[in-house]
Amino acid sequence: MAEGLTKSAARNIFYGGSLFFFLLFAALTAHSHWYMVNVSTDSAGLTDSVKHGKEVWEKNMCINCHSLLGEGAYFAPELSNVWERYGGHENADAARNGIAAWIRAQPLNVPGRRQMPAYDFSEDEMQSLIDFLEWTDGIDAQDWPPFPAG
Amino acid sequence: MKYETQKVALPFFMVAMALFALQIVFGLLAATVYAWPEFMASVMPFNIMRASHTNLLIVWLLIGFMGCTYYLMPEEAEREIHSPGLAYLQLAIFAFAGAAALVGYQFGIHEGREFLEQPFWVKVLITISFLIFLFNTSMTLAKGRKTAINMVLMLGLWLAAVFWLFAFYNPSNLAVDKLYWWWVVHLWVEGVWELIMAALLGYLVIKMTGVDREVIEKWLYVIVGLALFSGLLGTGHHYYWIGAPSYWQPIGSIFSTLEVAPFFTMVMFAFTMFWKGTRNHPNKAAMLWTLGCPTVAFFGAGVWGFMHTLHWVNYYSHGTQVTAAHGHLAFYGAYVMIILGVITFAMPSLRRSQPYNQVMNMWGFWITTGAMCFMTFTLTFAGVVQTHLQRVLGMNYMEVQGQLGLFYAMRLGAGVAVAIGVGLLLYSFFGPRRVQVPAGGTQLTAGAASA
Repeated sequence: MAEGLTKSAARNIFYGGSLFFFLLFAALTAHSHWYMVNVSTDSAGLTDSVKHGKEVWEKNMCINCHSLLGEGAYFAPELSNVWERYGGHENADAARNGIAAWIRAQPLNVPGRRQMPAYDFSEDEMQSLIDFLEWTDGIDAQDWPPFPAG
Repeated sequence: MKYETQKVALPFFMVAMALFALQIVFGLLAATVYAWPEFMASVMPFNIMRASHTNLLIVWLLIGFMGCTYYLMPEEAEREIHSPGLAYLQLAIFAFAGAAALVGYQFGIHEGREFLEQPFWVKVLITISFLIFLFNTSMTLAKGRKTAINMVLMLGLWLAAVFWLFAFYNPSNLAVDKLYWWWVVHLWVEGVWELIMAALLGYLVIKMTGVDREVIEKWLYVIVGLALFSGLLGTGHHYYWIGAPSYWQPIGSIFSTLEVAPFFTMVMFAFTMFWKGTRNHPNKAAMLWTLGCPTVAFFGAGVWGFMHTLHWVNYYSHGTQVTAAHGHLAFYGAYVMIILGVITFAMPSLRRSQPYNQVMNMWGFWITTGAMCFMTFTLTFAGVVQTHLQRVLGMNYMEVQGQLGLFYAMRLGAGVAVAIGVGLLLYSFFGPRRVQVPAGGTQLTAGAASA
């Protein structure tokens, strides 16, 4: 360690530098918050149903098998673009029915395949969950993921 | 043990190690599901195993940090703990809250956000317990000697409590949710927890080597400075693909690359002090952990983190088994190993004996560490294959997973070896005491006073 650096100088650099970087980080976070609400997500489309869908997502702890925007358990497919994968951009009704039918068909009981449990969603919960997934697909995530496969 | 109240650390270590053992049980269950997908499918779905595995880790690390703090604070502050009664009370609250959360998960009671699954009232209990802990230790520090080690340690613990409060904020806009979710998750493990780790490492290095405190504390400030200068803006590497502005791509890439620096400095620090050290400390196992912890943290958190942190790499690797590989070795090297190191160092004096079971502890060190490295390699290979097939060639997720069976089988094997290694460690900590130093050997020259 450099002889020129005293302990108190090192301490002052630590406290001062950390405060500087924290303030910079907090300011950029505040701007990112503004950007998310106004630019990269559909705030007008954040309906009560989408909000309820997020609650359904959390109540059933989907995140500890699936990933969403690449974060989660990596044990089951990425779902931030499941709407795209089911062709929701071309035919919304078909995607909606397809996703609901897939969830209703669980567990598939295919030997040797990972098992998704059965979830006894009401029709309201199912539509809200799909609304949430459709809304999530609309987030401008810098063109991620690279392929519809997620 | 110079101070009587250091003994409050013992029940913290016992609870932490019990939860550590349980964490490994859930990890083994989850790893078994990867190898045999139908295993326990109708009894315990994978998401419950996974939440239990990760939550147990977080809870036992926090209890471990508390135990380490109670052990070192009297020596550093040169006075007894403010209130041992409060320490036992907050441990009881924390252990109850953790156990209640774990039992609740088995019945689907949780808040459903990754790592922050604890029900609201459990979060409140954790907060109360942590505040009692901070009050108790801060009162001890306020009336006692202030050193760089106990100041940096307490700063890390206080900031961990402050950032924890973001766990109570769950906005309905998913992007904003994730933005602040990282204020807990990243600012803990790649920010203020590094202060805690560095302070504990500094304490061990002082005790083990006998190098002058002035030198060690200067290193400590440099290390924690590097940690926060890089780690705060390094959060940007989690903001690439969640709807945040594109400026996070250069900022996150540059600053998270610099996150390697504090870990590399910790390696240099530990080995330089070991080289300069004048004390021949009899607890050789504790010395092994003191050198091993920064080394494995450097590879797990530093090198494996850097591997997928640049945004043009992360675009392809984000959310694959590469992340899982990094997560396992980073947590093990940085936080599991520092706590096991302090426990190895503290147990002889907590049990009022000379260092014992040294050879068994070292077997535990090498088996556990070796197995964790092997697990990380298998997950890294799985992640590289997955990244190529799924993210470069665009193959379907489940089809790709079908190609990874060999890696998952080897990961399960590594998990079994980890369980064996940890079994040896727990036995060496809490089992019968057997002296394992040669009579008249150099190990004894330091004498009882330094143990």
